[in-house]
Amino acid sequence: MADFLQLVIAGVATGAIYALAAIGFTLLWQTSQTINFAQGEFVMLPAFFALVGMKTLGLPVSVSALLAITLAMLLLGVVFKKAIVDPLIRQGVIPLVISTIAVGLLLKEGIKEVYSAEAQPFPTLLPDRIIEIVGVRISLAQLGVLAVAVATIVALQWFLAGTRTGRQMQATAQNPTVARILGVPVERMVLYTFLINAALAAIASILISPIYLVKFSNGEILGLTAFVAAIVGGFNQVRGAIAGGLLVGVIDNLAAAYVSASYRQAVPLALLVLVILFRPQGLLGRREERTV
Amino acid sequence: MRSRWLLLLLLAAIVVLALVPLGLQRYGTYILTLWLVTAVAALGVNLIVGYAGQETLAQAAFLGIGAYTTALLTQAGVPFGFAFLVSGLASFAVGLVIGFPALRVQKHYLAFVTLAFSVFVWLVFRNEEWLTGGVMGIMGIKRPVLAGISLRPALHFYWFVLAISTVLTFAMWWLLRSPWGRAFTALRENPIRAESLGIDVRRYTLLAFAIGSAYGGFAGSLYAPLVEFIDPAPFALGPSFLFLLMVVVGGAGSFFGPFIGAAVAVLLPEWLRFAQSYYLIIYALLVIVLMAFCPSGIAGLAARLASRLRKAPVPADAKPGRANLGAAAKPEARA
Repeated sequence: MADFLQLVIAGVATGAIYALAAIGFTLLWQTSQTINFAQGEFVMLPAFFALVGMKTLGLPVSVSALLAITLAMLLLGVVFKKAIVDPLIRQGVIPLVISTIAVGLLLKEGIKEVYSAEAQPFPTLLPDRIIEIVGVRISLAQLGVLAVAVATIVALQWFLAGTRTGRQMQATAQNPTVARILGVPVERMVLYTFLINAALAAIASILISPIYLVKFSNGEILGLTAFVAAIVGGFNQVRGAIAGGLLVGVIDNLAAAYVSASYRQAVPLALLVLVILFRPQGLLGRREERTV
Repeated sequence: MRSRWLLLLLLAAIVVLALVPLGLQRYGTYILTLWLVTAVAALGVNLIVGYAGQETLAQAAFLGIGAYTTALLTQAGVPFGFAFLVSGLASFAVGLVIGFPALRVQKHYLAFVTLAFSVFVWLVFRNEEWLTGGVMGIMGIKRPVLAGISLRPALHFYWFVLAISTVLTFAMWWLLRSPWGRAFTALRENPIRAESLGIDVRRYTLLAFAIGSAYGGFAGSLYAPLVEFIDPAPFALGPSFLFLLMVVVGGAGSFFGPFIGAAVAVLLPEWLRFAQSYYLIIYALLVIVLMAFCPSGIAGLAARLASRLRKAPVPADAKPGRANLGAAAKPEARA
């Protein structure tokens, strides 16, 4: 039982990170119909910015993390929107989807060439010490990850629901035409979405890197997990992405322990197929109304 | 009229292609054969992406299904011809099974399901060592013997692959020109109207996906005896992404697009040896630039240039890629 609880807690900690990536994916889809196939690479890249900050520039961990988030918002937020999404959305959804695949390839191969093909170690936020709470052994590092991820999600939810800008962003996502008529600066709201996505990806990157190590090819599995989390939870709901992320994290961890380590990747995929078969709108999603 | 000229052009191209390797070394012939095999798989992707307006991220997985099926069957003593058919049929059947749930739902779901399927197939290839040899793969796959002539020499095998690719290319040509294929033109131009005219959008899309996947299986069946050794790496998710990019670069929805795309993906890296590892970076940039300025790919670019030279308006079917991609961008009729 204690083992099971430990696995669940570890799963919730990684699941919260997946949720961050999945939320960003969902937000981009909602506000700009961008299916970002480079989302995994977006989570892979910022850790390298932090590594450059720590190793090359000799900055402390916290400053490097801030540097990584800032650079990510600039490059994966502003530059991605202005240079890739804006010119390509005019050509239609498929050219844009293809381009995000190319962006993913570009980031992956670029990092491999410019930085290194080797996996790099990355420091944890809290020391990797085991503490015991009522018989359950938990790593302090995992608790740190969970705390940061939960704080980020709560802050985001407060921003989206509790501030004027956040509600304007929601209006933009739900109906850009009406939002524009009501005086919402739609363009700026879309830009904010890209910035938030980049920041979430960067935070996820810094949190996941001590666990996965920093490697150019990390994006493949991270991107896949973010898709699965977003679709399982409900493509069009932020809370769906959160639930999906946590669920996938826990299932992934339990599958590795109880099913088979060599097929652990397949278990979330099986979940994805089941959801598509029986509840295509996702566990918490609502059906999308479509007009002809 | 126009299609008769294209047919003549196609025949001339086949004759040229049959003669080209006479001036090439063994390695050159090998690369040319690899190009044909890649083009066959890309033909399938083009049917799915360019004509049915879906996204597939599993063509390398279907290639793998074909390659492993052929390798295992021929090693068990089954003749190549039979193994080839089984490879295509197996991919077709698997395509139906995974396409059915995905196409029930909305756009992009086929992309996600094929993404998941790709990873799953790769896991099976890697983990089921008793069957696939795991990461060590399967070695010593024999090239077939045709009517007493061994296809072991590179040139013989090239001609064999050229013959099969020609048959598959003409089959695709016929398919697209049949009433069945015409329905696709209707689908991509205006899916809502097509549906109201009684075209079962879902069934046609599903069949297109299954047939496109079968082309992946056929290509895999040729790939295994070509390289004579298979392991899971070329059938992973990354190569599936490359197949999609290749077709779009060549020109999605243009009949010869897959051949151009496969040439860019297979032949160009050989010429760009000096660029080596930077090749994929250049390639990715090329894709983004092409998508931004000419989403109908190199085929569309060529058509645009040709019509500018003639100072004539672009012929109606010279820029199908754009028409298709535009139509695909519209929301689907059913959710």
